[in-house]
Amino acid sequence: MLQDKDRMFTNLYGYHSWSLKDAMKRGAWDNTKALIEKGRDWICEEVKSSGLRGRGGAGFPTGLKWSFMPKESDGRPSYLVVNADESEPGTCKDREIMRNDPHILIEGCLLASVGMGAHACYIYIRGEFVYEAQILEAAIAEAYEAGLVGKNACKSGYDFDIYLHRGAGAYICGEETALIESLEGKKGQPRLKPPFPAMSGLYGCPTTVNNVESIASAPAILRRGADWFKGFGRENNHGTKLFCVSGHVNKPCNVEEAMSIPLKELLEKHCGGVRGGWDNLLAVIPGGSSVPLITKDVCDTVLMDYDDLKENGTGLGTAAVIVMDKSTDIVAAIARLSYFYKHESCGQCTPCREGTGWMWRMMQRMVVGKATVEEIDMLWEVTKQIEGKTICALGDAAAWPIQGLIRNFRPELERRILEARKNAA
Amino acid sequence: MSEAQFKFEGEYLAEVERAIAKYPKGREQSAVLTALDQAQRQNHAGGHYVTDAAIDEISRMLDMPRIRVLEVATFFTMINLEPVGEFHIQLCGTTPCMLRGAQDIRAAIEKHLDIENGETTADKKFTLTEVECLGACSNAPMIQVNDDFYEDLTPEKTTWLLDELKAGRTVEPGSAIGRRCSEPEGGPITLQEGEFAQNAEKGGK
Amino acid sequence: MPTCKVDGKEVEFENGMTVLQVCEQAGAEIPRFCYHERLSIAGNCRMCLVEVKPGPPKPAASCALPAGDGMEIFTDSEMVRSARNGVMEFLLINHPLDCPVCDQGGECDLQDQAMIFGRGFSRFDEDKRAVKEKYMGPLIGTVMTRCIHCTRCVRFSTEVAGVTDMGLLNRGEHAEISTLEKAVSSELSGNVIDLCPVGALTSKPYAFNARPWELKKTESVDVMDAVGSNIRIDTRGNEVLRVLPRLNEDVNEEWISDKTRFAVDGLRRQRLDRPYIRKDGKLTAASWDEAFAAIAEAVKGKSGSEIAAVAGDQVDVESMYALKALLASLGSNNVDCRQDGAKIDNTHRGSYLFNSSIAGIEEADALLIVGTNPRWEAPIINARIRKQWLTGGLKVGLIGSNLDLTYDYDYLGAGPDSLKELAAGKGDFFKVLKGAKNPMIIVGSGAIARADGAQVLAAAKAVADKAGMVRDGWNGFNILHRAASRVGGLDIGFVPEKGQDVDSMLNGVVKGEVKVVYLLEADEIDTSKLNNAFVVYQGHHGDKGAHAADVILPGAAYTEKSGTYVNTEGRVQVSRVAAFPPGEAKEDWAILRALSAKLEKTLPFDSLTDLRNKMRGEFPHLAEVDSVSAGNWGDFGVAGDMAPGAFENPIENFYMTCPISRASETMAQCTQEVVLNVREATGTNA
Repeated sequence: MLQDKDRMFTNLYGYHSWSLKDAMKRGAWDNTKALIEKGRDWICEEVKSSGLRGRGGAGFPTGLKWSFMPKESDGRPSYLVVNADESEPGTCKDREIMRNDPHILIEGCLLASVGMGAHACYIYIRGEFVYEAQILEAAIAEAYEAGLVGKNACKSGYDFDIYLHRGAGAYICGEETALIESLEGKKGQPRLKPPFPAMSGLYGCPTTVNNVESIASAPAILRRGADWFKGFGRENNHGTKLFCVSGHVNKPCNVEEAMSIPLKELLEKHCGGVRGGWDNLLAVIPGGSSVPLITKDVCDTVLMDYDDLKENGTGLGTAAVIVMDKSTDIVAAIARLSYFYKHESCGQCTPCREGTGWMWRMMQRMVVGKATVEEIDMLWEVTKQIEGKTICALGDAAAWPIQGLIRNFRPELERRILEARKNAA
Repeated sequence: MSEAQFKFEGEYLAEVERAIAKYPKGREQSAVLTALDQAQRQNHAGGHYVTDAAIDEISRMLDMPRIRVLEVATFFTMINLEPVGEFHIQLCGTTPCMLRGAQDIRAAIEKHLDIENGETTADKKFTLTEVECLGACSNAPMIQVNDDFYEDLTPEKTTWLLDELKAGRTVEPGSAIGRRCSEPEGGPITLQEGEFAQNAEKGGK
Repeated sequence: MPTCKVDGKEVEFENGMTVLQVCEQAGAEIPRFCYHERLSIAGNCRMCLVEVKPGPPKPAASCALPAGDGMEIFTDSEMVRSARNGVMEFLLINHPLDCPVCDQGGECDLQDQAMIFGRGFSRFDEDKRAVKEKYMGPLIGTVMTRCIHCTRCVRFSTEVAGVTDMGLLNRGEHAEISTLEKAVSSELSGNVIDLCPVGALTSKPYAFNARPWELKKTESVDVMDAVGSNIRIDTRGNEVLRVLPRLNEDVNEEWISDKTRFAVDGLRRQRLDRPYIRKDGKLTAASWDEAFAAIAEAVKGKSGSEIAAVAGDQVDVESMYALKALLASLGSNNVDCRQDGAKIDNTHRGSYLFNSSIAGIEEADALLIVGTNPRWEAPIINARIRKQWLTGGLKVGLIGSNLDLTYDYDYLGAGPDSLKELAAGKGDFFKVLKGAKNPMIIVGSGAIARADGAQVLAAAKAVADKAGMVRDGWNGFNILHRAASRVGGLDIGFVPEKGQDVDSMLNGVVKGEVKVVYLLEADEIDTSKLNNAFVVYQGHHGDKGAHAADVILPGAAYTEKSGTYVNTEGRVQVSRVAAFPPGEAKEDWAILRALSAKLEKTLPFDSLTDLRNKMRGEFPHLAEVDSVSAGNWGDFGVAGDMAPGAFENPIENFYMTCPISRASETMAQCTQEVVLNVREATGTNA
């Protein structure tokens, strides 16, 4: 088990105050000036060599992303935008950072901004997190008050402004370009890429969008050093990570653990194990709703990191582990995700707008077996017609859970169809 | 919906102005979500929705064509264009909550209030809407009532909550089974060391 | 030059081109719905997916992807074929497939592409989406279940038309195009019908009228304003059913105004289909012979100075040429084509042309608008100004009425005082003009069709000279005419050299000095002053001129005759016969030729070709069809004081400016919904 001394999120469960005073006692804002003074390149390099990969789902190397920002301004300002639109089903980690330890996020924003040459940062928080937004606003006000952000932040000579922007209920705004659109006051429809945000993002200016957890990891990495962070997890899968466990475990929870922890260990050590015992496990969605499910035999041995999950036909995503025991109606569980994607499709591009609704309707029929066996193949084809054809990744995200279901539970789908036919006869 | 006029007032106006000030000059449109949200908050007694007149006022304030305001207003689920009850129950129905009994919670609410999903009680006290993942999955099942998250629910706890709200009593948001946040039930097993240990003995809220 | 491979074929391309453009250039056709050359790139239909190497192992939207050096593009690989088939299936699952009752049938992109990429049967076994019907005004018919959400209409109205009436509401499968249940307040709104790749937005007046394959298509020229938009007139039998734009990059690109498109139902109403003679104060039907005899009787014994003729705003040059010759044979030089009394003459052609050319607007970097509302007087030109303004390279100043022109401008004042200041080289905007590379001025009839018009013209010229608007290779001095006939009339001298202009003719009638007035489609003059004269009205509609007439000779509308029109730029274009004039009505040149015989002043041509050859012999530039010959430059206008009054815009209602549009029910509906509603809603002073 990860040792407490190696945890970054030391008030994860909110047993103590989020306030600046307590946050500082926990180590936040400790001589941030010195870190800033080490300079942009050092910060960027340190994060790069720590191996930190984006914690929002895509897993892109964070330091590398920062390095895409222009070194010299052409007159346009650069922006850091923090993606706090946490909406991926199963995922509830950023909320804990924001309501229990907002100062490490704010400090991370400052350090990340220095690392990419940005002097302004917007945090886009999902609208439903009303209290989290209030706490963040209050924490930002504290930071301004204390001179930690604002003009001459931390007396480093670096000017830095930070603002909170509230969303209003749209999963798609977690997609970085949709988020930028929404931040500009438009409906949240993803943009075509290129141009990428680092070239032209918020208000047409160079922009980097990072997940809350990625940014909140920066202070610890810079203080303790890249090597410390690199000490956790397998090669290419480094660091500590918040895991969100939900579903059929005895004690669902969020927990910070080292990357590459075996899934079984994660569930048994921290979550009181699978309801009814490990053998009662049916399947796990290991990285938020967008990744395909894996069955118990994979769960027995799989490691919770980018590469091992990928090798097993799924992904780490947001590290939101949705556990399903044998009582689960697996078809209904996935059908509900299909409804989710249908509901959250922005409607911009054809395959997603039309395909998500079609898939959900077929899935509904699959739940009760009101379909033909051939339609399972057709459903598979439809997921393939969406996958890789859309403007943003929502299309893929809608397709993969169904693909995972068909890949692993085709006999169950067929059984329902045959049974429904028998009952009708 | 032919309210002659809408003007932001008091705290709502202040909040909109504070939002506008967050964005560069000429980018006032960025404040549209805040303006829509504040408009329905100001109209809470009237059904917590954005009226036509409010759309006009936001369009004027932010120098945004009316259709663009409406594009945004119709895109986001939190913006109501029709009245809702005094307590808007948003029940998370997505898979993580579903796995832990969201449908039982929904059935309990529907039975208790005698409404179906999407409907408002006759006394205009409650509206029930099944929504998508609210991001409290480790505390499933849960509902959001107006701004407040109520987590780790059971059907019984839920109906009790509804009765309390109906009676005009406030109920502390959060876990219904005594969890502080998203630690495992019964208390954290990590973060036990140091001055800021996350355990019952050392913790204090 | 960078190169890439399209389906194995090596092609060169220019930097900045998209993959789609490169493919087109290489001759590989790429299917598309949302992409349109003149609109911003949306990339939403996903029909144009191609395979690109190097790149991720998934197809890319070619419309949005910049072509790169060394790229390998495949437009017909297995990956591409299956992607297109998939997208096509998605487009069709919720489409009603109601082609048999859809007006788009036969000219539908979705239909055509479904034939190529569709699977021929449906595997969609769910309920189709139904979409609530929308109202978009009297011009645009909607069946929104057919909509494929390409957003061309939203992009057109926002970008080209410059209005913010259309949007995409809701999200996901509930996404819907909307105008918030009202008409699109743009003079160009009808173009969304052409842009809509399916039958979601169709022409309301044309609804269920015809199938495209039943129509005879005639390429012609529009006369609703002086732009000379290139049009296609679709007829069935002898009925004009619709007008569509033709592509002409120099003139109207591929847009036409709503009046051009929709006023044609006016061709079916209030038509003069036989001659009339006023008997005992009442117009009574007569034969051609009787009508000619009555005219001969009236003309008999009159001296040339007692006879006058006015040509209207939509007359072809041939008819004016014939009428002028007829008047000359009667000894009269009292001819005028300037119904509005514009104080321009034809000494220097450059003084009355839109010299920079319409396409030239895209080279301008500063523009002064004087006394015109181009949005109403020439919507197509206004769109061109907006297009250039959108690039950020054009600064606009305006003297006249302060209106929403769909682009920002510096408002410099209402009348001559502001012009005078600029003519004196003063003011900030003068600096803008002076500092510009290609400055231009547009002077409208609100500035020159007034008593001091010649002085205003001189002042405008002074601004042009002082600001360096005229030089080798650039002439930024522009007159914006409203009348399709005007430049042609001026070109052939349908203005009194020593005779009387419209104003003095009318006064002459009142004073009893002018006794016979010949109105050739002239309806925009003060006919109340004609009571003392014998009035001949030759034209196609029972409008103001006909009401004042003693003899009516039924002529042909612009769709019914072949005639030369010279647009405001000086571009010579020829219209073609799409239908025949109704009843006993005849082509106008032929009427004049027949009348001349009756008057024993037989005109020296027996056919239109004959006439045209004579005319072109006399005015060689009129033979240069589809081209513009530059106008000569010199001194014009009259130096002197200008009256203080503001420049008034002459058009009160865009939709009704001529006998045809005034007879149009569609235009009447637009007047109600757009003009009157807008006024009511915004309370703007007229």
